[in-house]
Amino acid sequence: MNRSGQTVDFGYRLATVRLGRLSVRFPLRAMLVSAVLLALASAAAFVSLRFGEYPLTAGEVLATLTGEGDDFHRLIVMEWRLPISVAAVAFGAVLGLGGAIFQSLTRNPLGSPDVIGFDTGTYTAVVIAILVIGTRNYWTLAGAAVAGGIATALLVYVLAWRRGIQSFRLIIVGIGVSAILGSANAYLVSRAELEDAMVVGFWSAGSIRRVTWDSMGPALLVTGAIVVSALALSPALRRFELGDDAAVTLGTRVNAARLALIVVGISGSALVTAAAGPISFIALVAPQVARRLTRTAEVSLAAAACMGAALLAAAYLLSVMLAEVFRPIPVGLITISLGGAYLIGLLVRETRRRGGVL
Amino acid sequence: MSNIVSADATGVRLEAIEATLGYNDTTVLNKLTAQIPDGAFVAIIGPNGCGKSTLLRTFARVLQPAAGRVLLDGKSIRNYRTREVARTLGLLPQTSLAPEGIRVADLVARGRAPHQGIFSQWSRADQEAVAAALAATRLTELSGHLVDELSGGQRQRVWIALLLAQETPIFLLDEPTTFLDIAHQYELLDLFRTFHEAGKTIVAVMHDINQAARYADHLIVMHDGAVVRTGPPDEVLTTGLIAEVFDLSVLVVPDPVTGTPTVVPLDSRSPRTTG
Repeated sequence: MNRSGQTVDFGYRLATVRLGRLSVRFPLRAMLVSAVLLALASAAAFVSLRFGEYPLTAGEVLATLTGEGDDFHRLIVMEWRLPISVAAVAFGAVLGLGGAIFQSLTRNPLGSPDVIGFDTGTYTAVVIAILVIGTRNYWTLAGAAVAGGIATALLVYVLAWRRGIQSFRLIIVGIGVSAILGSANAYLVSRAELEDAMVVGFWSAGSIRRVTWDSMGPALLVTGAIVVSALALSPALRRFELGDDAAVTLGTRVNAARLALIVVGISGSALVTAAAGPISFIALVAPQVARRLTRTAEVSLAAAACMGAALLAAAYLLSVMLAEVFRPIPVGLITISLGGAYLIGLLVRETRRRGGVL
Repeated sequence: MSNIVSADATGVRLEAIEATLGYNDTTVLNKLTAQIPDGAFVAIIGPNGCGKSTLLRTFARVLQPAAGRVLLDGKSIRNYRTREVARTLGLLPQTSLAPEGIRVADLVARGRAPHQGIFSQWSRADQEAVAAALAATRLTELSGHLVDELSGGQRQRVWIALLLAQETPIFLLDEPTTFLDIAHQYELLDLFRTFHEAGKTIVAVMHDINQAARYADHLIVMHDGAVVRTGPPDEVLTTGLIAEVFDLSVLVVPDPVTGTPTVVPLDSRSPRTTG
């Protein structure tokens, strides 16, 4: 075979970087899309700093961010509003990552943690922690959320297991488990004290407004850890896309890799659920929209994260702008209503593709 | 490259020893022992459901035997690092799953996975191996195309290119020519022969006995989860064996082109005895 340093035509433009032992291939379009999405996320986060009970101009916000402006503005922007805007970007990114991981693992655009019950599981754990154990400590809630998410994932996997995992069965089982957990949540709330029930009720709407630097500092560290782990696991994820058998023969320790991917994928939802309550549909929507924009076959983790950040930052901006003219709407309710419309479209498309009657 | 030294003194690369494997209550492999000689072109033949694919997938370590062992170069395959095995043997599965919207070169490049790491994701060696694999399967011109748009024959060549890019000395092929028309079948078989001549050890599960006899130099004949006979095609393929394994009356005649044994079924409506 002739191997005189020939190049390979991938059918799209890419940049190859080789430095010593380091070598990477960057699809240019996906990089560009990610950069634009990240810029949009930052812009939405910046504009959202203007809104609130004490509206500021863009100039005032910019001055405060760059260290000028008076103390009152600094208190409003830096202490009250900035952690929330940062949370919108960071939480959106980890939700997008989680969705991309599970959609790749299940090889199905419906296979995101908010559809297949994992998010409901993290939420159930938080409800139990608040109502039964009686704690509101952030770290206890975050730990409970992770444990609840993983327990739900294992339950769904075990119930869907039949000589291996078939993604469509996994999704149907996940939707069923999600419904059961939803009724358990409702039951727990119905027998709680009024005050506790209200706390959980507000929680369930998914509002990032309760975020402060106290909870956001550690949450940012966890976000960083999730992003780094996800990128490190992304080669393994690519191999799962060819099927479990191919993943084995291409040198993946499938059980260990799958478990690691599940834990990383759920950590994102758990982090967000513990800090803000369940925020649905970012995980479902972001990876698929990103995939359409990047025109890649695989769900690109970087693009999915940037898309998630842009979507949640935009949803939060919409929520604070609505508060100006109407009343505050929790961001979780906005993502649910927009995402619900997307889900209907996706279900119809998937059913058609499978030769269904819808 | 692989740091596994070539075959041991006996010249056996892969070996199943008393391997037993089953699903639920059915036993698929029953204390099966089989050897793959180094540098051989092995065809595994036998009736449907005899365990051919299961044996291949056990060799590929996709399936774990419940009892017994699989040895790679004399050492239990479970004692190797997963990645090390992936650099030694590659599998062409019976059916493959291409992500929707993937392009040819992207899919072929995935064969490089066992040679890549977190920081080394597209080395010069990766690029050369993918380019060579595309050239060997005559896909260079199509490398930027969508896999979904290719014909069945071309698509199978993409999966073979992925296997080539993996650069393993052993190829495990699970019914590689099923679903292809006769011209594409022989095109692929000729391709496998060139790989074999270039030094690869090839193990193929095959349905067509005549093709197996024509291309392989070593047959493993299976029946009911066990090996019935092994050896060169002209020694193994007899009317008695075909009757025993396939329950079919045949004539075994030399292939008019290659001289290799060819199985010709007798007419079941007007049975005649063979001379």
